[in-house]
Amino acid sequence: MAEFLQFLFSGLTVGAVYALVALGFTLIHNASGVVNFAQGEFVMLGGMITVFAAQAGLPLAVAAGVAIGVTALVGVALYRLAIAPAGSASVVSIIIITMGASLFLRGTAQSVFDKQIHRFPAFSGETPITIGGATLMPQSLWVLGGAAVVFVALHRFLAHTLPGKAVLATASNKLAAQLVGINTHAVLLLAFGLSAAIGAVAGVLITPLTMTTADMGVSVALKGFAAAMLGGMGIPVGAIVGGLGLGLIEAFTAGYLSSAYKEATAFLVILVVLVLMPRGLFGPKDVERV
Amino acid sequence: MSLLDVEGLSIHFGGLAAVTDVSFKVEAGEIVSIIGPNGAGKTTLFNMISGLYRPSSGCVRLNGEKVTGLPPEALARRGLSRTFQNLQVFQQMTVLENVMAGCHLGEKSGWLSDLLGLPASRRQTRATRDRAMALLDRLDLARWATRPASALSYGLLKRLEIGRALAAEPRLLLLDEPAAGCNAVETNDIDALIVELAAAGIGILLVEHDMKLVMRLSKHILVLDRGVKIAEGAPEVIGRDPTVIAAYLGRHGQDESEKGAASCR
Amino acid sequence: MRVPSWLADPRARVLVLLAVLIALAPLLFPSGYYYRVGTLVFLNALTVTGLVILTGYAGQVSLGHAGFFGIGAYACAVGTSHFGLAPGLCVALGAGLAGGLALAVGRPILRLKSHYLAVATLGLGILIAMVLTNEGQWTGGPDGMSAPTLPLRAWLRAWGVPLSPAQAWYALSGLVLLAGAWMALSLRESASGRALRALHDSEVAARVIGIDVARAKGRAFAISAVYASVAGSLMALFNGFVNPAMAGFMHSIELVTMVVLGGAGSVLGGVVGATVLTVLPQTLTVFQEYEMTMLGLIMMVMMIFLRQGVVPGLVGAWTAWRGRRARP
Repeated sequence: MAEFLQFLFSGLTVGAVYALVALGFTLIHNASGVVNFAQGEFVMLGGMITVFAAQAGLPLAVAAGVAIGVTALVGVALYRLAIAPAGSASVVSIIIITMGASLFLRGTAQSVFDKQIHRFPAFSGETPITIGGATLMPQSLWVLGGAAVVFVALHRFLAHTLPGKAVLATASNKLAAQLVGINTHAVLLLAFGLSAAIGAVAGVLITPLTMTTADMGVSVALKGFAAAMLGGMGIPVGAIVGGLGLGLIEAFTAGYLSSAYKEATAFLVILVVLVLMPRGLFGPKDVERV
Repeated sequence: MSLLDVEGLSIHFGGLAAVTDVSFKVEAGEIVSIIGPNGAGKTTLFNMISGLYRPSSGCVRLNGEKVTGLPPEALARRGLSRTFQNLQVFQQMTVLENVMAGCHLGEKSGWLSDLLGLPASRRQTRATRDRAMALLDRLDLARWATRPASALSYGLLKRLEIGRALAAEPRLLLLDEPAAGCNAVETNDIDALIVELAAAGIGILLVEHDMKLVMRLSKHILVLDRGVKIAEGAPEVIGRDPTVIAAYLGRHGQDESEKGAASCR
Repeated sequence: MRVPSWLADPRARVLVLLAVLIALAPLLFPSGYYYRVGTLVFLNALTVTGLVILTGYAGQVSLGHAGFFGIGAYACAVGTSHFGLAPGLCVALGAGLAGGLALAVGRPILRLKSHYLAVATLGLGILIAMVLTNEGQWTGGPDGMSAPTLPLRAWLRAWGVPLSPAQAWYALSGLVLLAGAWMALSLRESASGRALRALHDSEVAARVIGIDVARAKGRAFAISAVYASVAGSLMALFNGFVNPAMAGFMHSIELVTMVVLGGAGSVLGGVVGATVLTVLPQTLTVFQEYEMTMLGLIMMVMMIFLRQGVVPGLVGAWTAWRGRRARP
């Protein structure tokens, strides 16, 4: 039982990070139809910038704030410099552009920072809490709580504020949104900035537990993408459920089967889900129009 | 036994009934038209018959064989071909290659032989090219043969799509708005082509908004409104049918006047 | 001057051009080291030619093709060291394995569109790399293992061929590339090739004219996997060692970038892309150091500004510029 709880805790913690990344994917995908393969780099930047800002003498909270702000700007720049100029490029072109952006950010982070593994101290100490024989790091609670706050805040933003409603309007029909006077360009900038900030939050929250390096982004992006697809691309609740689900599957596979193939199960699950229900768990069944 | 026999065909998307209980027949060499206001379910009906959508209920027979739910490629092998309302031309291929691709079913060469560029594969391509060229000649498209399809005008693309469908040597041809967006000359050309094809024994199922063309060509007309067959018969009969006139003008006019009234309030 | 009739075939012209380039390039080599670089170029170009069939003709992305390259490489290493098989047999076994796997996995995976396909292939590639890393008792784990080197020097001497082993590899890989290019070019102008290019533009229209789209995509996937596997096998024999990075994510991305750089559609473009991206890191240490940043930049810039590929894109941009200058 203690073992089971242990896997549950670690699965939920990692899953919350996947959920945040998936949420970032969802936000951008809904607003622009783009699947942003560079999403994982936002998580990396969140962690790495915090590490180096803190080393430069900033208090941890300020360093984290700087990291989130800078990453949001990177997100905005990504849209402004790489996605918007591509115009109505094909989906394959956009995949390659965001893949290129991911490599570019990763390579640049390796040059600007370094290739070492880093971490900073947990927010509320490192003393584990014992529940039913299993230990839980206080940081895990931060991760879960942070994810919940982000999700609720995003939901309130989208449902109850004017810019939020503009994002939803743009997502559902870009042309119609333009016709009623929404500045869809600004909306897309906002979506990329927000999505990057969410990724950075995930990076800040998880670094004390899993540590960070310049090349952690790809794996995180893939897991987040997998989570988003598991839940059904474009559906916020799906992102959360998919993220937690993937985290749990990984944790239990690592615990009960083989830790070497922990990552493999995640991909296997993706392949199976994709093949059996290509639209994910919560996705609509759509029909091709000809 | 009819060439095409559609019986009680229905489909719903989620809770929305798009087509309900539609039945009709098409004989070889006969032109049957489906008309109806936008959103009446004409293209959806086409998509079910040609295997792109799986009907929720009902039955499609080709030459007496039940083919409901078979994929389009299987239907193509049984002699069904179609064109698309929103043009599905192979834009990156030349005009000639488009029609050559249409000859796919008649081509006999394996992947290995194609990959190795064996003489059999080259012979096949030469034969296909000749056949496609002949077809382009017949459609008066030959002088565009080496142009990329993307360089053609809309009217020519419509014709090219018919050419590609014909390359598969269909016995039943589904034409989805072949004259839409064409000028008067192009419409006349398409008109003549359809008559010629029917005379050659191909059964033709036509969706078209150009009423003059429909009235002139069709032997039999089917009127759909909101997914339901509201009338059918010979062109003269349909032209006078009050329910058809209501579907086209009456309710539309009524809607407009309601909208006008609403904005006054 | 009359053009001989066999040169009227565009396939023949591309092939002759390639053959001439391969034969004449050594005249420009400043040192013997460049035979080695040339061999690397040809083997990468071979993989890329397979991807041109998959991505350029059929329009399907694969972000995991290094996986098949890895299968070919390890087939040679494992087959010879654990089972004592002849290297030539191992090349064939690897190709069969890669092709078979691609056929088996391809059918369900290739039903997926765009991003879903990208992720599924990415996942497949990572799975293959993971197996190669984790099954250490067979594969030597993360450090890799040695592969047999062919006793080229002895053979060459026995046959009286006045070539160094490096030159022999250059010639061999060049010939294999020519064969691969020939097949890709033949396929393009055949019934099967037209089917692939048709489904690239419109899957529904392709199905309506009787093309079995799922089958055609699966074949293209398998063919490109065999190309990658053969290239991987030769790379293993050439280098004398294999490691999981050969099957890794970065290698997959490099391959895709080569295809994109060349403009996806053309065999010649693919060879150009492979040449540029193989030669740059070998000659510029700056490029090697910042490879990731550079690759990323290339991918973005190409897709934003030169979507048709470097050669056609630059030509197009030049003509447009000239045209603008001509009419001020």
